[in-house]
Amino acid sequence: MVSRNPTDMRTPLGRVRGFGAARSGTEDFWYERLTAVALVPLTIAIVLILVSLLGRNHAAVVQILGSPIVAIILLLFVLSMAYHMKLGMQAVIEDYVHDDGMKYTLLIGNLFFCVVIAFAAAFAILKLSFGV
Amino acid sequence: MAETRVQRPISPHLQIYRLTSTMLMSGLHRITGMALYVGTVLMVAWLIAVASGPSAYANVQWLLSTLLGRLVLLGYSWALIHHALGGIRHLIWDTLHGLEPNDREWLARATLVGSLGLTAVLWVVGTMIGGGELW
Repeated sequence: MVSRNPTDMRTPLGRVRGFGAARSGTEDFWYERLTAVALVPLTIAIVLILVSLLGRNHAAVVQILGSPIVAIILLLFVLSMAYHMKLGMQAVIEDYVHDDGMKYTLLIGNLFFCVVIAFAAAFAILKLSFGV
Repeated sequence: MAETRVQRPISPHLQIYRLTSTMLMSGLHRITGMALYVGTVLMVAWLIAVASGPSAYANVQWLLSTLLGRLVLLGYSWALIHHALGGIRHLIWDTLHGLEPNDREWLARATLVGSLGLTAVLWVVGTMIGGGELW
């Protein structure tokens, strides 16, 4: 029998079920902040790169976006962003959707969407760089 | 055995409270985040169009040059800047700075004023560089 702590917020049912902290409770919070820190300089760089494309034709745009430094910044941006938005939308779903079936459907859809966005963007950037 | 339900406190929700600027920024942060989430489809579509060749690129550039295209782009650029500034505000709060009432208020206002101002600067500079034409 587990001793009863008068300040314990867990219900008797919660205690019986045994779902305590799995020692990973702050993992999503940590990665949301980590990707946010990465995205601050990357977003500034991306905005400057996009402004530098103004008024240029397709060949010039391909040349700029496909150059190694720009392509690496683009890749870092879309991959950090895909992870960040996966965590963000997951938090929104977990906050507002309480029906288990709908919740898990949306959580799976969210993950698939973010993976597709990441891979599609990465493919386009690599194609621009390698000119295939 | 008698039914003994524990009466736990129920937390009041949004409509109970007077709207404050920190509340408004909290909501805007989430809304701009979700808008950016949907907007990534456009960003990826644009990247794929650039990678596909001149004709696909010309089509997507024409779409962006329409009034609707410009409005979407304007909204996207503001959402990106606002969410970025809001994120920086949260990172400042994570260091336990700026949590006093006056600081919170100042930071919340600076987020909105900053995002609107930077978006305006971005579009003025962009229009100057592009010679009135966007790309």
